[in-house]
Amino acid sequence: MPDRPLLELQGLKRHFPVRGLFNRRVGTLRALDGVDLAVAPGEVLGIVGESGCGKSTLGKTIMGIHAPSDGAVLFDGAQVAGGGVRRPDGLRAQLQYVYQDPGASLDPSWTLRRSLHEPLVIHTKLRRAEREARIQEIVAAVGLPAAHLDLYPHEISGGQQRRVGLARILVLGPKLVILDEPTSGLDVSVQAAVLALFRELRQAFGLTYLFISHDLAVVRSMCHRVAVMYLGRVVEIGPVAEIFARPRHPYTQALLSAAPRIGGPRVTENFALQGEPPDPSQMPEGCRFSVRCRWAAPQCKVEPALEDGVACWRWRELAAGLVPAAAE
Amino acid sequence: MADILTVENLALGFRTEGGLARVLDCVNLTVRPGEIVSLVGESGCGKSTLASAILGTLPRGLAVVGQGSVTLDGADMLRAGAAAGKVRGRTVTFVPQDPFASFNPLFRVGTQIMDLMRWKSPRRREGSWFYSPRRRRADREAVIAMLEAVQLPQPARLLQKYPHELSGGQRQRLMIAMALLPEPRLIIADEPTTALDVTVQAQILGVLRRLAVQRGVAVLFTTHDLGAAWEICDRVTVMYAGQTAEIAPRDSFFTAPHHPYTRLLLRSLPEEGRDPVGIPGSVPSPLSPPLGCRFHPRCPRADARCQAERPVLRGEADHLAACHHPVLAAQEARLDA
Repeated sequence: MPDRPLLELQGLKRHFPVRGLFNRRVGTLRALDGVDLAVAPGEVLGIVGESGCGKSTLGKTIMGIHAPSDGAVLFDGAQVAGGGVRRPDGLRAQLQYVYQDPGASLDPSWTLRRSLHEPLVIHTKLRRAEREARIQEIVAAVGLPAAHLDLYPHEISGGQQRRVGLARILVLGPKLVILDEPTSGLDVSVQAAVLALFRELRQAFGLTYLFISHDLAVVRSMCHRVAVMYLGRVVEIGPVAEIFARPRHPYTQALLSAAPRIGGPRVTENFALQGEPPDPSQMPEGCRFSVRCRWAAPQCKVEPALEDGVACWRWRELAAGLVPAAAE
Repeated sequence: MADILTVENLALGFRTEGGLARVLDCVNLTVRPGEIVSLVGESGCGKSTLASAILGTLPRGLAVVGQGSVTLDGADMLRAGAAAGKVRGRTVTFVPQDPFASFNPLFRVGTQIMDLMRWKSPRRREGSWFYSPRRRRADREAVIAMLEAVQLPQPARLLQKYPHELSGGQRQRLMIAMALLPEPRLIIADEPTTALDVTVQAQILGVLRRLAVQRGVAVLFTTHDLGAAWEICDRVTVMYAGQTAEIAPRDSFFTAPHHPYTRLLLRSLPEEGRDPVGIPGSVPSPLSPPLGCRFHPRCPRADARCQAERPVLRGEADHLAACHHPVLAAQEARLDA
């Protein structure tokens, strides 16, 4: 693995103002609150967390849809966002964002060919014949018959629309693709096919994925590393196998224990985590998870930093089994 | 013990511009008193239509009942209009999929719950229009007790809130409380946890299962999430494209599924150490469903017989599959090898 990460986030923050009466600022919603991450080329990094933890804001801030409030985004070693840096023009082509349903981004009144030409017209100076050749190549790679190019989106199936949507993203040759909940709402049989497609495309085009999902089983099967987010911060990060086998942060432990395991015991019978994440505009003091944590102690009044891939004061004690579970 | 719910060979369709959409075709389902049954199937397989048929809320004029029957606690839900209305909301209640869209945003939660209690409370005398202060007080106490049972903190304060002030998990707890308050014998929960996070899902499933078992209420739990089905149910019924594919107790369903569709579905789950396989092809349109077994165009075991003849549910004891070529335990080792 080369030393230089493809994408690096340094203390990335994104705060949204909360407006009250007369549009007066009454508070701050800290959607991202100091995220440090690095994604190596060719890696698949999963981002998991409950809704409202800032997963999607993270993707959108990297993409440039939101400007960071503080911190920096480095792409391929160069700063592309934060600190008053203007976004380089060519970046759009190298960084692509896949929404939940990539097929829905197709214009219903355009043929698929026209939809596929559009990004090349905007981002490259290729001539028509060259563009066409490029498109044929990509369309074959995503497994779509070339004869379909003259059809309209409604004439093909949802699965094929998805492929066209992906082809449209890949035609520019991106380096990093941000997948935002790409499988939520899909049936498992379709989901399996979609995941297989993502895997194939990654191999074929040498892509790097940032895989945002709330589905732990999907992340486990898809990613190399995983970052667990809670209320705008990364609480634990590490290789998938390690995190799933030995979660260290109490939140990760709770999250993993909540996922049903077919063949295992019913988790609902002794699921310990109570409540839901607090409102991100009224953040608890110190460790964000302390209000729901079974092992919260006085030192948790101070925010722990991410060290050794885990942001918890007590993980060493917990891992060593020195702490008896507090009264429940 | 008599079944609380029996659906027998139900076939029904909807009139559409493109002709008759045969949404359900030969569905069989039973729920025994106090039992939690998962109805598993992919989107478009007819789960929600079946739920409407059981509740007697099919759109009038559009739905065409071909054959079969739905019997709920002795009442025929397809044909008896007024009797079905009496059963609905009392003997059978409903937990919807989307807790965000199920409350009226303009009224306080408490008002909406008390509206429900006014008409559907177990303390209401049949045909009575009068809501006596005494019954109102008793109902309110029952509501508070129920909110505590579903683990909503500070129930009295919660009743004063508007729906937008509650989180998704809280609203779904309220929905479960409202489904339990009329003291029904059956709750139909239509994908109640799809919109929720896994930690909240674990809490909600836990509450639903515990209360159903405690109170002896039967639950029909429709879902496309096999993991959630594993968590909550005692028995599983699988549907594919409007046909019942397999009916089995939970353990034997997950360890030894008989129907090829079920096997492929279970193998589509992402799991450690192997890539999920998926099922080639797509779900057929109900406007022109395949003849015979509706799964045959996608089935690796299909032959000429599957195209011509619809398989009936058969099998030993509790474990039934509608397939001409079921995968039985003896063959299993050979197939997997």
